[in-house]
Amino acid sequence: MTLSEKITTAPGAHATEPAGARRASRADRRRARRSREGMPVGAGRSRVAGGLVLLGLGLFTLYSIAPVWWLLVSATKDQRDLLHSNGMWFADFHLVDNLEQVFTYNDGIFFRWLLNSLLYAGGGALVCTLIALGAGYALSRFRFPGRGAALGAVIGSFLIPYAMLTLPLYLLFSRLGLVNTVWAVLIPSFISPFSVYLAKVYIDGAVPDELIEAARLDGAGELRIFVQIVLRMMTTGGATVFLLAFVQNWNQFFLPLTMLRGEEQWTLGLGLYAWNAKRDEAEIDLSALVLTGSLLSIVPLAVFMVAMQRYWRTGVTLGSLK
Amino acid sequence: MSTTMSTTPVTGEPKGTAGPRPGHRHRPRWRTLRAIKGASFAAPFFLGFLFVFVVPVGYAAYESLFSERSSGLGIGGQERVFVGLDNFTRGLSDGAFWASMARVLAFACVQIPVMLGLALVMALLIDTLATRTAHRFRLAFLIPYMIPGVVAALMWMYLYSPRLGPLTDAFDVLGVHVDFYASEMLWGSMGNLLTWHGLGYNMLIIYGALLAVPRELFDAARVDGASELRIALTVKVPFVRGALVLTGMLSIIGMLQIFNEPLLFRQVAPETVTKNYTPILMIYNQAFDANDYHYAAALSILLALVVGAVSFAFYKLTNRPQA
Repeated sequence: MTLSEKITTAPGAHATEPAGARRASRADRRRARRSREGMPVGAGRSRVAGGLVLLGLGLFTLYSIAPVWWLLVSATKDQRDLLHSNGMWFADFHLVDNLEQVFTYNDGIFFRWLLNSLLYAGGGALVCTLIALGAGYALSRFRFPGRGAALGAVIGSFLIPYAMLTLPLYLLFSRLGLVNTVWAVLIPSFISPFSVYLAKVYIDGAVPDELIEAARLDGAGELRIFVQIVLRMMTTGGATVFLLAFVQNWNQFFLPLTMLRGEEQWTLGLGLYAWNAKRDEAEIDLSALVLTGSLLSIVPLAVFMVAMQRYWRTGVTLGSLK
Repeated sequence: MSTTMSTTPVTGEPKGTAGPRPGHRHRPRWRTLRAIKGASFAAPFFLGFLFVFVVPVGYAAYESLFSERSSGLGIGGQERVFVGLDNFTRGLSDGAFWASMARVLAFACVQIPVMLGLALVMALLIDTLATRTAHRFRLAFLIPYMIPGVVAALMWMYLYSPRLGPLTDAFDVLGVHVDFYASEMLWGSMGNLLTWHGLGYNMLIIYGALLAVPRELFDAARVDGASELRIALTVKVPFVRGALVLTGMLSIIGMLQIFNEPLLFRQVAPETVTKNYTPILMIYNQAFDANDYHYAAALSILLALVVGAVSFAFYKLTNRPQA
């Protein structure tokens, strides 16, 4: 959108103002933005450009959403319609049957996987966030010997391939008798260098040194300062760290695949993978089961992410600043 | 408790700072005490870090120096022999391993530029919109990113499936018969899956960088009569160069470690996706199928070195002072 269009599309706002005043107040800018809202584009040549922009956006939206739409539609179909009906539109509505099948197949193991996934993602992320906030606070607000080396280790560890950690961890855990328990997945997810880095960056920006000094002068102990001041000021930052850790844990596959043998401890991803693998061997075709299960496994994360939009938006952009 | 734990992060004391050593008493005691208290906040993390990162890396390095020699049918158990760097020399000359590496790198050279190019176009398109509309599109573009990688791969496997999926039929209508699992199509199928899954995240980072550019700059260019396309190419793109380098780097590191997608595609096309198809697939199979854990450890160290080298080279290449 060009300057001239901005002026023509905002009659009240700009007609009376000289062009130089535009950079002025925030209210002004908001007004200018509002004038652009919902307006494809004004005049002549730009209408073509605006059309192209919308076309491009439409195509990208289609590309992003159509496969998910297909999954949603497929989850409502029975085995026969999956094969014979149009994939992009509904046939007979069998969603309830499919859901029932998913949750009762193999004594309701799917529900167990769902709970496991929530435990690994939620529990893991919660502890991870607390540990990371502590470490981030120490790295951000204290000067102690070895601090530089510690920070270097945190950032350097981003480059370590996960297979290089997971395989020796497997051997280590099997000596400790932890393999095939929930701890084999939980313990590694407690420790996330990226979360520590993120927490440090947040505390750098959000917790002023003066405040901590003032609390110290008032005689507050270090632990009390951390719990009552830093943690409280870090609710937004902490939520972002938690959210990103949650997503990371919810998505992990290699670690549970390596550590867990018995299906009682499996995650949703692992379970669906196994169902898909035995799809061909089983007497009944598990396609409908896998598809409905896949859809179900998306729902918690999608709800969670949409609800917490404002946290991950800042988190991802912050991560890009390193 | 806290004072004993605080010794963990204090490793490799820097020369400049005076630690709590005798002979350096000129520093006030309360400051040293505070440093110890402060460091103890980091203690849980670094204890865990030691356990989950440092020890495994050391353990992998240690294990890679040994080998198991079986004594007949494994009845008498296996014998552990120190073999020095034999596993590494074997790895360095293992054609299958380096072929998997080359395969993945060649694939990365195509898929990553395509994905980042599309993500850049997405971000530039969104950037022309009003804020609120832009946010709506951004959320729509992020939907694939909200889907766990394994589930995304499963979903696309069904979409590609000639029996169930709509894609083969759709292409048939167009008069083109496509077998998404044919060996020459497989990387394309996988590339589309990865692009679909990764676009939103990369768009988010690039768009975030675009938002940080002062808007006055665009207005100035507009006043000078530059077209929107010209502004996008000559003003906006240079500003998000840093974001592109970052996303490129993350994508390369991720690609070298690709595992989930080939593992799943192996279920459908085992002849094409061999057990040595990608480096991690090969390492995984060495460890759990061939039970040659020592060799797997050596290979994972080689992979880590390659990841480090590629990241370093990429960083050097993109951080050249601009002419």
